[in-house]
Amino acid sequence: MSTGAPPLSGPPKPQAKALNCPKCGAAIVLRSFGQAETVVCASCHCILDAKDPNLAILQQFEIETSDIRPLIPLGTRGKLRGTDYEVIGFERRSTQVDGITYCWHEYVLYNPYKGVGYLSEYNGHWNDISICKVLPTVDHNMFGGSSLTANYLGESYKHFQTADANTDFVLGEFPWQVRVGEKAAVTDYVHPPRVLSSEQLDQEVTWSIGEYMYGREIWETFKLPGRPPEAMGVYENQPSAVRTNVTGMWVAFAGFVVFLLALMSGFAMRAKKEPVFHETYRYNRADSKAEASFVTDVFELTGRTSTVEVKTYAPVSNHWIYLNYALINQDTGQAWDFGREVSYYYGYDSDGSWTEGKQNDDVVIPSVPPGHYYLRIEPEADPSLSGIPYTVDVTHDVPVYGIYGIAFLALLVPVIIISFRAYTFERSRWSESDHPPMQLSSSSGDDE
Amino acid sequence: MTQPVSNCPNCGAKIVFRWSSSVQTVCEFCKSILVRTDVDLKKVGQVADLPSDSSPIQINTEGKFGNKAFVVVGRILYEYDQGGWNEWHVMMNDGTSAWLSDAQNEYALSLSSKAQNLPAAAQVHIGQQFIWNNQPYTVSVITPAHYRGVEGELPFQYWDKTDVTFVDLRSESRKFATLDYSDPEPALYLGELVEFDDLKLKNLRSFAGW
Repeated sequence: MSTGAPPLSGPPKPQAKALNCPKCGAAIVLRSFGQAETVVCASCHCILDAKDPNLAILQQFEIETSDIRPLIPLGTRGKLRGTDYEVIGFERRSTQVDGITYCWHEYVLYNPYKGVGYLSEYNGHWNDISICKVLPTVDHNMFGGSSLTANYLGESYKHFQTADANTDFVLGEFPWQVRVGEKAAVTDYVHPPRVLSSEQLDQEVTWSIGEYMYGREIWETFKLPGRPPEAMGVYENQPSAVRTNVTGMWVAFAGFVVFLLALMSGFAMRAKKEPVFHETYRYNRADSKAEASFVTDVFELTGRTSTVEVKTYAPVSNHWIYLNYALINQDTGQAWDFGREVSYYYGYDSDGSWTEGKQNDDVVIPSVPPGHYYLRIEPEADPSLSGIPYTVDVTHDVPVYGIYGIAFLALLVPVIIISFRAYTFERSRWSESDHPPMQLSSSSGDDE
Repeated sequence: MTQPVSNCPNCGAKIVFRWSSSVQTVCEFCKSILVRTDVDLKKVGQVADLPSDSSPIQINTEGKFGNKAFVVVGRILYEYDQGGWNEWHVMMNDGTSAWLSDAQNEYALSLSSKAQNLPAAAQVHIGQQFIWNNQPYTVSVITPAHYRGVEGELPFQYWDKTDVTFVDLRSESRKFATLDYSDPEPALYLGELVEFDDLKLKNLRSFAGW
């Protein structure tokens, strides 16, 4: 800090005060240059009047266990959002919900220029908290009952929980008159990663705004040894593990589907669908024994490299016919081998009539260059068939749709997975609130 | 800017007014309260040393409010049942005066404003609404306070005052209003809550270890 030219009769530079507890004599340091209202003796658990030069005893409290220790020791300094803060106070608070006690910890931070700030910690979840400078407004519901939304600086916060917070244990300095056993009604409204809280003690209501912090950020800020305690469950204002804006993602998905449809219809309109070959053959079991395969007449594919569709029709009924095809380029000898089965079965069973297969088959061969082509066909058939006619149709440049279906699924699957993860995260968050999701409120013993 | 110079009628020390409209100042050496008359300074009283406090601001602290620079020229320390706060008298570089308050490191800047039909102290109650400069304000706190001490230049005579009632009014934004009942006629101050960093303060006090 720049000091510049001090005024002639400026007051002396404030120093942290070292005093002794009037009860047990233990050393007490006042770190906040007179901002503290109360200070707690760590040895005998007396709450002392920090404004009184003699540190009058205001309250003595009993503690059940001696293992309540701040994770950040008093006197530790760290740079939080650009400001150096020193931890000057610590308290443990608790609330009872359905007979279960939940405990959390609050730390009082101090900077002589910026004043007081707070940190809270619950099960490894941290919040950086400051007192609201602008008063939030609360919307009341139509029955005039408990309000469900609060507004602060143009943002809307959803009611999460209202509970009584009891002060169980205190240590260090507090800028207010702290007492163990004091109960305040605390209401939290959330808009992750922020939480807006109102705390009512007697007639006085204090509003504060908190922002979620991860344990590792706290550990880095205060240069603490070891690792922060693992965060358990999902906290009320914890940012969603799914960083994606789910609504935006669905909008983008819908946009892509429209694009796919446009692409598909564009290609479908552009396709020539040109018939290049049509012939009907007859399969005779007797003939096939000698020479199974034969070749068709040559047909020409003109224009660009495109798809070739081969359609097969056979009037099978409770039979099958299998055709080994090869599409062969007369000029280059390049061949595409494929086998197609045409089978059609039907009958009756206990469920009624059924059918399987059909008398038509079609297949699309992608990326066939232009040129002169013929088909080599090798038919096989059901041993019970002595003979059957079949028709082969070849169409050049047909539109394909399957790729659009694959693209659609490839996009839909991650969108659904992300949506589901976002949904389950929000469900865990709200299951701890006063407004649990429906299914959870009816099931008991469902703890995280 | 010409700075009027005089000598303390009590101890002879040089008294420089940084703000030409100052009405009262406190001699830095002998703590005499000096009131300006047309010709010279008149000693009207003496202040005790100010109690030590922890405001980081001091006389000569410089800062900015919006695009206007200011310098701190005086101070009133008020006290109420839950503590105290400072009203630092600041001189803006356009010659106007304003108040920078520091209440436990909550900073606000306000200006004396004119308004018709200000309510009498007895008529004000919490929750009451007023509209000044098209901005609605709601009465949030009524604070009986008293003067704990003064320092430097002030735009009015303070020396014979003791108790004062303040009415604080909040809005839904950073704007606030204060009604000051230290004079028979209520005075209105309209201001804004400001962030420490935005004030870009220089010549601040230093704190041991910080």
